[in-house]
Parts: sequence; structure tokens; C-alpha cells
Amino acid sequence: MVSLDWFPLLNSLRIAAISTVIVFFLGILAAQKAARLPPVVKGILDVVLTLPLVLPPTVVGWLLLLLLGPRRPVGAFVLERFGARLVMTWPSAIFSTVVVSFPLLYRTARGAFENFDPDLAHVGRTLGRSNTWIFWHVQMPVCRPGILAGTVLAFARALGEYGATSMVAGYTPGRTATISTTVYQLWRTGDDAGALRWVLVNLAISAVFLLAVNLLERKPAEGRNRAWR
Amino acid sequence: MALNVNIRKRLGDFDLQVSFSAGRERLALLGASGCGKSVTLRCIAGILSPDEGHIDLDGRVFYDSASHICLPPQARHAGYLFQHFALFPHLSVRRNLEAAVPDRSRRRTLIPELLRRFQLEDVASLRPRQISGGQQQRTALARMLAADPTLILLDEPFSALDSYLQYQLELELLDVLEDFPGPVVWVSHDRGEVFRNCHSVCVLDRGHSQPVRDLETLFHDPGTEAAARLSGCKNYADAIPDGTRLRLPEWNLTLDCGRPVPADVSRMGIRAHHVHPAAPGEANAFPCRVERIIQDLFTTIVLLRPLAARPEAPPLRMELDRTLWRGPAPGGELVVALRPQDILLLQET
Repeated sequence: MVSLDWFPLLNSLRIAAISTVIVFFLGILAAQKAARLPPVVKGILDVVLTLPLVLPPTVVGWLLLLLLGPRRPVGAFVLERFGARLVMTWPSAIFSTVVVSFPLLYRTARGAFENFDPDLAHVGRTLGRSNTWIFWHVQMPVCRPGILAGTVLAFARALGEYGATSMVAGYTPGRTATISTTVYQLWRTGDDAGALRWVLVNLAISAVFLLAVNLLERKPAEGRNRAWR
Repeated sequence: MALNVNIRKRLGDFDLQVSFSAGRERLALLGASGCGKSVTLRCIAGILSPDEGHIDLDGRVFYDSASHICLPPQARHAGYLFQHFALFPHLSVRRNLEAAVPDRSRRRTLIPELLRRFQLEDVASLRPRQISGGQQQRTALARMLAADPTLILLDEPFSALDSYLQYQLELELLDVLEDFPGPVVWVSHDRGEVFRNCHSVCVLDRGHSQPVRDLETLFHDPGTEAAARLSGCKNYADAIPDGTRLRLPEWNLTLDCGRPVPADVSRMGIRAHHVHPAAPGEANAFPCRVERIIQDLFTTIVLLRPLAARPEAPPLRMELDRTLWRGPAPGGELVVALRPQDILLLQET
């Protein structure tokens, strides 16, 4: 038995981690802006920002290729200017995971922000605190459960992303292979034992991850005060 | 020290137009719910912006639409006590106070002193939801004072509390306000609360402010029906001035007011506890039929109909101490009287 090549694990984790960081900031920014918009504009924006959640991942992948492919506007520009290909490399997968997991964070964060009592922000302002301070020290900690849940969902979705990723980053062993694309490849080539190994790895990561989140949530920092950052 | 407010703001279906000045006294903004009291307070604090007008404190302009000045709340230093205190739920009592004091060295001296003064030392490490309503209010007050405000705005500070707790906290709040050198604006819909705690009052009626008056004037000469209602008066009737007398067509009565009645008076008001069974030979006495008798906790409420009244006329409500009621059962007749000086001369709005 050959020793397991751990590259897909590393690759999946780094893609999911990076895209979660990106989605965290993008999603919170969008949620913060959207929570203050008039209802009609918010409704339209909501549809646009949530679309990737309901579209088939292959449609998302196709649209991304339309934009980022080497002969497409953005892809061609970046290739010519920076000599970097935007598709079929491991970071390419970040594009697809960001797009697909963004709505999860955006929606949960927006729900949390809309339930946030605006008087808590108002009192902070009358006490002389800056809006930035209020955001990081009041709004974010008060909305922490919702935002944390959204972040977990976004990470889990990014880790499990297959459809769009396989189109944008492809499957190159040792270069762009992720756990999900590896499982598909091994199954396709009849290597059920190999596929099973990666299925177990994936199950283990997901279980550990969800368990850690549950533990985090069970002790809501009694006596201590956690601010983000 | 004077706070000058003169603002307009379009609010859904009505225009808020508020104008008053508050010196170093406690000014009550008294009005029914939904009349724009809280919005006014928020405009002063800078949380909301008026559409036009002017707000200044001792000449320091907070807002002026003509010269495009609108200071952010952070630059106005208004201490604002919110209806439900708006304590930061994720921070301990101590950290709630610290949030109002960015400077660390000032924190070290100020926070322990405030915790001691407001008897919060024992709960300093607890979260707001772990402490009592009284402690929550003291925390909110201490946090407000920690920021060193130049004026204090109180938004129905007791609306969320039961009456016994409210009475306790009122006394504590008064102690704090007695020591405060700046203007205090106290928003309320409760005339008793206003009477106990404030010096002067500005009545807000459907978004429009009336001139600032002292409290005695509000209760003895409210001037308008809206102000009379807020002061607790329960009986009203259409009125036609007639020298020193008032004709009441609905009750078919003419009453002596003991003073000249201004020509613009169109309504009369009489407090329920000023209606009383007539003594022999008393002026302004008239017979009534007893329609209903309602026993309240400490008073007997008697609904009367003057015998000469038109069918659609409002009943006359009399309230007196339970132990003093000796009148007939419903259906019986009773002669009641109104003292001339108790009759409130009112304008419609």
C-alpha cells in the first residue's frame, strides 16, 4: 500500500481558509451596508448577492470561466499584465469558493445586524465613541453568534465545494487537486479504497470542525469579555 | 447654561415643530405617546437630524440648518438615558462604565469612584442581564456620568419598571440630577412623574410644542384641551363665553367663573375630583342623575348626567374618596356644584 499523498488535504484547507477570510470581510461589509439600505434596494441587492446559493455550481463555474479564462476580458488582462493565469491553478479555486460561500455569510450576518438594537450604537455615540470602535467593540461582539455561524457555514461550504471548483481549477494531482475533486477522480477510475480514505478524512475534518464550534459556543465567555481583534 | 431648541422635522404623517429653551432647571417634555417626544430628544443628542432649525447649548451650535452645521453625537456630549438603558449586554458593569472613558489613567480614578457612589462594587464583574432593574439603571446613570456630559436627556426613564421600583429609582435619579450643573430634559407621558421631578414643562401636542410653563400653571391654567388632558383633567364640554360666565349648551347650564372669560375660550374643563355634592346655597349647583357608580381602589367614581343635558352630551365624572360617598344609587338624583376657580377655561388646540 502506497502512503497517502496528503496534498489534496493541504490544498482543500488552504483554499477554504483563504476564501473564508475573504468572505468574512466581504460578507460583513455587504451585510453592514445592506442592513441600512431602503427596502426596495435591499430586496434587489439581496437577490443578486444570494443568487450563487441557489444556482447550480456548474453555472457559477461557467460564468467564472467566462470572466477569468485566458482569452476572456479579465483573465486576458491579468495574464498579459502580470503573467498570471487565473484559471487551472490552485488559487483559482478561491474564486469559486468565495462566490459560492459568500451568500451564507452575508445572509446570516445581515440577519444578526438587523436584530442588533440600534440604541446600543446610539448610546456609544453619545458616550463619545467612534463608529469604528462601536462596530468592533459593540456590534460585532453582540452579533457574534450569528456571524460565527455564518463563518462556519461558509468554511464548510468552501471545503466541500466541487462543481465550480472542478471547472475553474480543474483536477491536476499535486497541483490543483482538492479532497472533493480527488474523491470524484478516484471513484471514476474505480479506486474505491482510495476514495473511501478521502471520504473518511473529509468526514473527520467536518466532525472535528463542527465539534469545535459547538464547544466554542457552549462557553459564552463568562466573566471574560471578547472583542473581535 | 441654556439649551435652545427650535427644530422642524417631517415625520411620516405629521410635522414635528418643537421650540423651547431649558436653563439650569429640569424641563419636562410632556406628551401622549407618538407625539414626537423621543424624536426631539434624539435630534438634540444628534442621533437623528432635524429637517431644519437650530439647536445650541450656551451658544455652542449643535445644529443649524442655515449655516449647515450638524455636530455628530460624539461632539455634543449629551448624556442620554435610554428607555431600556441600552447597556452593552456582552460587557460587565465595570466594562460598561469603562466604555465611556477611553483614557486609561482617567479610568483608574474615575471608575472605582463611580462604582462606589452608585453601589455597584458588588456587581462590577456581572453582566447587565445578571443584575436587577435598579442596578441596571444605576449602571446606565454611572456610565452616562462617566462620559462627563454637558446636558442630560432622559427618555421615559421608568417606562419599563413596575411602580414600586419606579418610586425607589426616582429618588435615586433625583439625587444625581440635583448635583448636575447643566440642563436636564425629561421626556414623559406621566403627569405624576413630571410633577414630582421637574420644574417646568413643555407640552407636545401631535408634534407641536406649546410654550414652556411652570408646573403650577400647567395644572391650574392649562390653556388648551391637549394640555389639560395631559394634566389629568377628565371632564370637557363645549363652552360659549359670556362675560364672567360660561354657557355650556351640551349640559344646558350657565356657570359663574368668578373672572372674565376671554373671548377665544371654546371649551371648559373640570377635574373629576373638583366635582362635589353641593352644600346648601352653594353657587354653580345643578341637579344630576346618577348613571353609574364605579369603585376604584381608593376612590368612588360617579358618572352623572345633568338633568337638563342634551341626550348626546358627555357624562360628568365625579371622583371622591371612597369613605365620603353617601349619594343615591344609580337612577337617583344628586345636586352637585363646581367652584368657580376650579373651572378650566380652554382653547380647542
